[in-house]
Amino acid sequence: MKYMHLIWAALFRRKSRTFLTLVSILAAFLLFGMLDATRAAFDSGDSVIGVDRLITTSRYSIIQSLPASLQTRMEAIPGVKSVGYANWFGGIYQDPKNFVLSFAVSDNYLDIYHEMELPAEQRKAYDTTRTGAIVGAALAKRFGWKVGDKIPLQSTIFPQRNGDKTWPFDIVGIYTPAKGAANGTDQQFFFHHKYFEDANAFRSIGTTVGWYVVKLTSADKADSVAKAIDALSANSDHETKTQTEQAFNASFAKQLGDIGLIVSAIMGAVFFTLILLTGNTMAQAVRERTNELAVLKTIGFSSQSVLGMVLAEGVLLLLLGGVLGLALAGVVVPIVAKGSGGMLNLPPIGASTWILGLALMVAIGALVGALPAIRAMRLNIVDALAGR
Amino acid sequence: MKSLKTFGFGLLMLLIVAAFLALWIALPWQGVVSLAVLLALWMALTRRGRQTWQVTRVGLATVTQRLGSSSVVVVGIAGVVGVLVAMLAMSDGFAETLRSTGNDRTAIVLRGGSQAELNSILDRDSANVVMQAPGVKKDAQGKPIASGELVVVANLPRKGDPNSDSNVPIRGVSEDVWTLRDQVKIVEGRKFRPGLGEIIVGKGAKAQFEGIDVGKTLRLAGQSWTVVGVFESHDALESELWADTQSVASAYRRGSSVQSVTVMLDSPKAFDTFKANLVADPRLKVDVSTTQDYFSKQSEGLTKVLRAVGITVGIIMAIGAIFGALNTMFAAIQARAREIATLRAIGFRGVPVVVSVMLETMMLALLGGLIGAGVVWVIFNGYTTSTLGANFSQVVFRFHVSGELLWTGIKWALAIGFIGGLFPALRAARVPVTTALREL
Repeated sequence: MKYMHLIWAALFRRKSRTFLTLVSILAAFLLFGMLDATRAAFDSGDSVIGVDRLITTSRYSIIQSLPASLQTRMEAIPGVKSVGYANWFGGIYQDPKNFVLSFAVSDNYLDIYHEMELPAEQRKAYDTTRTGAIVGAALAKRFGWKVGDKIPLQSTIFPQRNGDKTWPFDIVGIYTPAKGAANGTDQQFFFHHKYFEDANAFRSIGTTVGWYVVKLTSADKADSVAKAIDALSANSDHETKTQTEQAFNASFAKQLGDIGLIVSAIMGAVFFTLILLTGNTMAQAVRERTNELAVLKTIGFSSQSVLGMVLAEGVLLLLLGGVLGLALAGVVVPIVAKGSGGMLNLPPIGASTWILGLALMVAIGALVGALPAIRAMRLNIVDALAGR
Repeated sequence: MKSLKTFGFGLLMLLIVAAFLALWIALPWQGVVSLAVLLALWMALTRRGRQTWQVTRVGLATVTQRLGSSSVVVVGIAGVVGVLVAMLAMSDGFAETLRSTGNDRTAIVLRGGSQAELNSILDRDSANVVMQAPGVKKDAQGKPIASGELVVVANLPRKGDPNSDSNVPIRGVSEDVWTLRDQVKIVEGRKFRPGLGEIIVGKGAKAQFEGIDVGKTLRLAGQSWTVVGVFESHDALESELWADTQSVASAYRRGSSVQSVTVMLDSPKAFDTFKANLVADPRLKVDVSTTQDYFSKQSEGLTKVLRAVGITVGIIMAIGAIFGALNTMFAAIQARAREIATLRAIGFRGVPVVVSVMLETMMLALLGGLIGAGVVWVIFNGYTTSTLGANFSQVVFRFHVSGELLWTGIKWALAIGFIGGLFPALRAARVPVTTALREL
């Protein structure tokens, strides 16, 4: 640390070159921040809140519904605390572009998904209003909905008894996701399955459900309970597949395409270029300073401290540009998310992104500093001063 | 005063760069070729031009001494062009796969407001009304050429990952489908026979999902089906499995209803009559579109997102690459400062010096662009992948690296080279000769 001013002076020896390099590094880490946010947006599988939940769907396909009679049999399985169910509504608000992630859910659904926090009086209003609906804070903000609003939602699938596909709802509550909830939790719309059954033109809806959610007494029972649930319907015409919520989300995200792979491929290209670029800058910088380094060694700096100083210069260069870039990403990402009108649900730059980013900065900095640093360490004073 | 002058100069340069970029984006390839020809003529025929050529030659001859830093320009630009072209190839490939699935000779009818086949339902009577509507082409026996279809989704494991589940679309089709969708050809095995639990699989689906080779049996909705053939259509249908409508309806307990009716039109012009008739019919509440519109619409959202991501990433990477190129070229003219000053001292003018530095940068950029675009073309052209489509099921599509995209990539590379070379070139020409000669 006591050499900090020396390192700093060396770094800004040629201001324009350092500036140009810094902008390149900044661009690379801005991209890193944005892409990591994109990856995280598609990766809701690692929320710890849902570890004690299972999802039971039809074995054959996600669109097949399951008999409603399974619920009581599932509840009887040891290790099961409660069983809720939901059905896909496929709602759109006013314009086909305004897709709303909407579900008809059982009454205990909100207790199972306890990370959706709802004020007690709103919960009460929901329980007592047949056409009541509760919406996520982000969704409410997107369409300007307030508690007390009456809104029409059109289903792309289900008509009402009278043939009308527009369903009226009363917004009775707006929930906020608890800390650590899966990304996108605040974009959903829930209403009573009872209303959905009663008003639905498809009478069979009363005897079937879309999928079940199972709350376990403890997370370590997941495997045995899942097996027991699937055994209930083995060899019937409605076989089930039960998996943890994490596994279900992960397999769903995978179907969209391997976002992680695309992101890593782009980042690979970016960082490879960055290493080459800053490596070249460092090599130039050290070559120019051969004389100065020789002088430093002459007045008593050890080879190791010269090595350390050049390495530190590389790391400092990367840290300066990288931290600025990630900070800029922190500003840009919310703007992009807002600009996409709810389509891209980018989470803000989190601690894990910062940690990974800082680790990358130090690693790349050390890597690009290594060759010139070794060169500087091995410098022979007499040759260097003589310009050989 | 001096700082004001510098500021004015900087502002001017910025304006020039902005104007250049605007022009450059709008310029078609003929324009670029004629620019190149003009430049070549100028270099061959005028005195200034010949001077430029000489200076450029010296510059290029010394590139080998600056291999490390020159490669920064090349690799940096190759990276930009590679990522950009790959993202656009993905977006174009997806759009093209869906667009080519439809045409304007056939129309598809869904229940009103359904948006995708999966959400729709039409009962037998409605389906019959649609098939009998005016504008539908009749075959030799006077029967309308139409296919009432069902799309359901089944879980199949992805190749190489036996525990994964992918939503694969299964389409129930009727006899007429072979006339309606004449792009579909059987490439292995044979067509299915109705009512025998036989199924044929698309080539794309076969490549992506496990256990659907000819001769294999698979279980769908608790029944077993035998794969008897593979079909090819070079569009989104290739992601599907096909069987006859009745068998699919009974397996998935859909009764006599269908989800969509696809009809052959008398001619593309007959569409308006066909649509007007169905919309006016009080018995029906349906959405009518040509298959071309219907399938193209499905690609809109994802295509837009992919393009936006590709261009955003491209722009940010390009900024990085421009600064990398600036750095390299400033270092290059620094190293050649004395030589350039000598040239100017013995009578070479500013223009040849500026143009030669720019030419050198743009040649490096062109090389980078070619490498980036070439690598993407070799790796990704025809690369097959799949994503979730409108029917909540997988659409298999191929990356398409078209000539047009390669050209876009090269144009980006040259633009980066232009900006990266401009400022160092001007510096080289503006440093007072005496100062430059005294340096080093």
